Amino acid sequence: MNVTLTINGKEVVAPEGSTILEAAGLADIKIPTLCHHPDLTNVGACRMCVVSVEKARTVQTACTTPVAEGMVVNTESEAARETRKFVLEMLLTDHPNECMTCEVNGECQLQDLAYDYGVTWPEHSGVLHAYDIDPDPNPFVFIDRNKCIVCGRCVRACGEIQNRDVWTFAQRGFKTRLVAGADQFMLDANCESCGQCVAYCPVGALFDKMSLGLGRPNQVTKVRTTCSYCGVGCTFDLNVRDGKIVRVSSAEDSAVNGLSLCVKGRYGYDYVHHPDRLTRPLVRAKWLANVESKVETGQWRAYDPDRPISDSESLVETDWDTALDVVASKFTEVKETYGNDAFAVLASAKCTNEENYLFNKFTRQVLGTNTIDHCARL
Amino acid sequence: MGLRDQLAIPRDVIATVKNPEHRWMAVCRGTGCSSSASAEVRQALCDELDARGLSDEVEIRRTGCFGFCEAGPIVVVHPEETFYTHVTPGDAEAIIEEHVVGGKPVEGLLYRDIATDTAVERWHEIGFYGKQQRILLSNCGIIDPENIGHYLAFDGYSALEKVLTEMTAEEVIEEVIDSGLRGRGGAGFPAGLKWRFARQTQSWPKYVICNADEGDPGAFMDRSVLEGDPHSVVEGMIIAGYAIGAQDGYIYCRAEYPLAIRRLEIALEQARELGVLGENILGSGFSFDIIVKEGAGAFVCGEETALMASIQGERGQPWPRPPYPAVAGLWGQPSNVNNVKSYAYTPRIIIKGADWFKSVGTEESPGTAVFALTGMVNCTGLIEVAMGITLREIIYEVGGGIPMGREFKAVQTGGPLGGCLPKEHLDTPVDFDSLVAAGSVMGSGGMIVADETTCMVEFAQYFMQFVCDESCGKCPPCRIGSTRMLEVLQRITDGEGEEGDLDEIRRIARGMEQGSLCALGQLAPAPVMSTLLHFEDEYKAHIEEGCCPAGSCRALITYEIDPDLCTGCMLCARKCPSEAISGEKREPHVIDTDLCERCGLCKEVCRFDAIVVN
Ligand SMILES: Cc1cc2nc3c(=O)[nH]c(=O)nc-3n(C[C@H](O)[C@H](O)[C@H](O)COP(=O)(O)O)c2cc1C
Ligand code: SF4
Ligand code: SF4
Ligand code: SF4
Repeated sequence: MNVTLTINGKEVVAPEGSTILEAAGLADIKIPTLCHHPDLTNVGACRMCVVSVEKARTVQTACTTPVAEGMVVNTESEAARETRKFVLEMLLTDHPNECMTCEVNGECQLQDLAYDYGVTWPEHSGVLHAYDIDPDPNPFVFIDRNKCIVCGRCVRACGEIQNRDVWTFAQRGFKTRLVAGADQFMLDANCESCGQCVAYCPVGALFDKMSLGLGRPNQVTKVRTTCSYCGVGCTFDLNVRDGKIVRVSSAEDSAVNGLSLCVKGRYGYDYVHHPDRLTRPLVRAKWLANVESKVETGQWRAYDPDRPISDSESLVETDWDTALDVVASKFTEVKETYGNDAFAVLASAKCTNEENYLFNKFTRQVLGTNTIDHCARL
Repeated sequence: MGLRDQLAIPRDVIATVKNPEHRWMAVCRGTGCSSSASAEVRQALCDELDARGLSDEVEIRRTGCFGFCEAGPIVVVHPEETFYTHVTPGDAEAIIEEHVVGGKPVEGLLYRDIATDTAVERWHEIGFYGKQQRILLSNCGIIDPENIGHYLAFDGYSALEKVLTEMTAEEVIEEVIDSGLRGRGGAGFPAGLKWRFARQTQSWPKYVICNADEGDPGAFMDRSVLEGDPHSVVEGMIIAGYAIGAQDGYIYCRAEYPLAIRRLEIALEQARELGVLGENILGSGFSFDIIVKEGAGAFVCGEETALMASIQGERGQPWPRPPYPAVAGLWGQPSNVNNVKSYAYTPRIIIKGADWFKSVGTEESPGTAVFALTGMVNCTGLIEVAMGITLREIIYEVGGGIPMGREFKAVQTGGPLGGCLPKEHLDTPVDFDSLVAAGSVMGSGGMIVADETTCMVEFAQYFMQFVCDESCGKCPPCRIGSTRMLEVLQRITDGEGEEGDLDEIRRIARGMEQGSLCALGQLAPAPVMSTLLHFEDEYKAHIEEGCCPAGSCRALITYEIDPDLCTGCMLCARKCPSEAISGEKREPHVIDTDLCERCGLCKEVCRFDAIVVN
């Protein structure tokens, strides 16, 4: 069933049970939000999405108010705008004036809204929180409670998406404070270091510890990639600065995983730049032709400087074409000598579906055997 | 034979309780009197009777609160209703010997009227009770709340029987709507209408919830009802359950009310045993049971959605409405939340009828109002008055006026979310709508009287401090706004107020009223705004002249000794904690203003009124 309502003078048809925010979205009318996230339960806490609804005594939160037939909504009424400005101003009275050095500068929802509503950092003589910065010894999540706006997105992300319920708020009123468990360290409070809480934080209160100081959003290039750890195929953005990965950020438009990632996908990227990492194929010297001249011209390289390439068992860093040619010729040799069923293939659960599909085709059609299985675990 | 007559009801108890000749003594065992050792008084009375072999002749009965707690421990001797105040265990002998045996009241324990300074013998002749009309509290001070037989003696559970045997759920709702009963938790929403909404929602299970959080500072109306007459609440909830189609009830009671919780548990157990609670009540096929849920004492948990979140085991924070509890409440199911008093009125309305209820109070606010009267009045305590009585009658007749001949300044109703009314409004009738029209609210029943020595800025600051402590922290307007507002008030009372502060107060107030999620934040500026409305001059005096007209703000006053009045008795010098007072014996003393911490102790102890505040 649909209902028809009017938003900013525009007639909007929305499914019964949807919220004003959702209905406005259908009509491309933007309502500012902070504590709302489409993946999470709506709680109406931050008051940014207030709108005027005809006949209602006070402004209503668009994220929680269900639409009704004939409802007349004004998202830009004076009361709504005034309330949003007041909320922003109040939040900024208890926020450090640190955009200059903040990790999320340029990708911060509070900063964007303050800009949109022309709210500057208020000078005042009242109290400001002064919590310890980075008080938690866990290796991945950086916490700066002074920047926390108590929106509860991390709380809900951890509870509703990750089902770990690590976060909650302690105390009340102005003293309300984000805590892990019973005011414990995160790892003692059931945390599995997935970093969902960081991904959902709209400000710089939670951040990826490994990336501190390595590059702000406008200083990095985001490269979308698929995670190499497992077959789920999560995609995310490698944040690259000067040819180095400085951070992994999950992306709302990732079809498989949205903002979710596991600890390996989000934080297990340091191997990429490890000096011991193999980046070119190694082939034993005995399988190769013209080894000496190629090494001499620098086309190939001896893998172990202490082992002369005259040693036929020594490994040579070659190029992919050469290495694959060697493999192909060896496969052909085996096939001709011992028959198709001499092959057994073990694929990896770390590969993507597409990769495993291709491997399956290769095994059955090229190698000509049905003996293929995979390691269904990491 | 009615359903009730088939039950194992204690007929002998009922007969005794109803006997007008019965000789018995009520010993108040509410929280107030209990804290001043009424348990020992009771024991002493029992011992004295025992010693004289009179235990079978005179019943010593534990009862609920009489409301006049400041005069406690209270003992009332029946049938003549002699009212004894400030009774100590040592007085037991006199009461038994002189009164019970000798037939003469113990003069020294009687209440003395403030105006005439004469002893008043009977309960209902005391000025404090003169204008009261006790409907809701009719059993308090009369029945033993731990004995279901006593409740039965006063028509207990006959409303339930009537409902189950003679009325449809719709008829019950009709009757409650007809009576005009408005919820006593603060907002005054018609109770019957709320029940109808909950009944109409097509989803099961449904829940009946009793709001016994009572977090207003100084309020203890609900506690007294629960302690003094718990079955009336239980019966009201069962009737509500029948009306809306629910089988489960919750009483959400703050853990700071251990006595109320104990009495409730006893009442529930006795009701189950008797068959008026639990499976198949009175053989009618209708089942209903109640769980007592203890809250950890957060004011905000009195807000109905925060209350339900708390019952669900979550952090006690409100959630936005709509949807309203009648549509989606506890665990997402239709729920009916009412105040303790709202439920406790119900059985009485069912028995005596809607017309009877409407005959008390005003047309739009029928029935009575129960207040915890405190502050600068001679008689403080729990009072029940017919709606429509004026503030003046409450303060000057029930409350006996302002002590020490001082002048009345304002009265705050509605607690930290209410407003204050100055003397121009003393003739305002006390009912839901008149109070709102005058700029205050009924609230859940706190009434605080301020006199000329009360600084209205400090008064407002006190309530804002309360809000800062009690804001749940969920939404920024209330979480941060209340702190910013308090900071402005603080600097004004510190004598550091700045030009523009009043505008700043108004601006923050508007932001909080408009932007806060729940009524706590929305109404929190009310005490500040109403004092600003009626006493703007006092605010300005602080800011512009650096003076506190009430002589109360420590930063703005100095204490001096009038040399003409000082006799040099040295009492003040001995009491001063900062050794700021010096002077020779029998010579006028002086106060060193730099050392003085302005605690006011000297002024309190001086017998010659020689200490003056500037
Ligand atoms: C901050 C706050 C505190 C409240 N505290 C109480 C309370 O202690 N007791 C109560 O009955 N209602 C309280 N209320 C009102 C309840 O939300 C609710 O309206 C009431 O319990 C409904 O019962 P009624 O219709 O019988 O009045 C409070 C409301 C707010 C906003
Ligand atoms: S890292 Fe993951 S499990 Fe740990 S607190 Fe954050 S969301 Fe919860
Ligand atoms: S840490 Fe971030 S997501 Fe969590 S409550 Fe604070 S601002 Fe919101
Ligand atoms: S108004 Fe205050 S008490 Fe109510 S939800 Fe907001 S912060 Fe909590």
